[in-house]
Amino acid sequence: MKFSIVVNEGPYTHQASDSAYHFTKALLAKGHEVFRVFFYHDGVNNATRLTTPPQDDRNIVNRWSKLAQGSELDMVVCVAAAQRRGIVDEGEAKRNGKDSTNLAPGFRISGLGQLIEAGIQADRIVVFGD
Amino acid sequence: MLHIVNKSPFERNSLDTLLDTSPGGAILLIEDGVYAATKGNAFEPKLKAAMDKFKVYALQGDLEARGIADRVTDGVAMVDYGGFVDLVANNKTNQSWL
Repeated sequence: MKFSIVVNEGPYTHQASDSAYHFTKALLAKGHEVFRVFFYHDGVNNATRLTTPPQDDRNIVNRWSKLAQGSELDMVVCVAAAQRRGIVDEGEAKRNGKDSTNLAPGFRISGLGQLIEAGIQADRIVVFGD
Repeated sequence: MLHIVNKSPFERNSLDTLLDTSPGGAILLIEDGVYAATKGNAFEPKLKAAMDKFKVYALQGDLEARGIADRVTDGVAMVDYGGFVDLVANNKTNQSWL
């Protein structure tokens, strides 16, 4: 079955990003297809590679990147939410005159149309938030 | 329909509202939502009364993380993340009560 996941909450806030991660991992373990993981609202903060949690804590951002790498996940960050919160890739840095980027590997910045498509294309869509 | 509830009934009224407004289906308690599924809590009578309309599940890892996996209300089924996936797959629609 084809699934899409929506993450509306940042890392280390409550539990939404952890729940979404474990759910996505379980989906893949059961052989389901993950069409897209869409990060929206504060969820875009899951996509900054500058995160540095204490060494004995889980690294939520790296964990998503690693999962994407191993499973070819399409992890999309909402562009408007990202701009508000300073999540920047090279294209956005150039377009908005920023001096650096911080988008973590495995993520890409795109628009809300990707969320609509995720809802249309997948058999199930599950939202994680606060 | 699968209803996913992630907040304690003592913090938000999402579970309360869902029980009052939905005709039935399955409820999965996750994150702080699992507090609704403990024996003797003040919300338990309402949850128990709803069990003829709703099948209630609670995420085992979230119960264990809170040290309450050994006092789950009778009739509540514990599931792991694989069970969570199956619940979503087996219900045509799902709603996260955020």
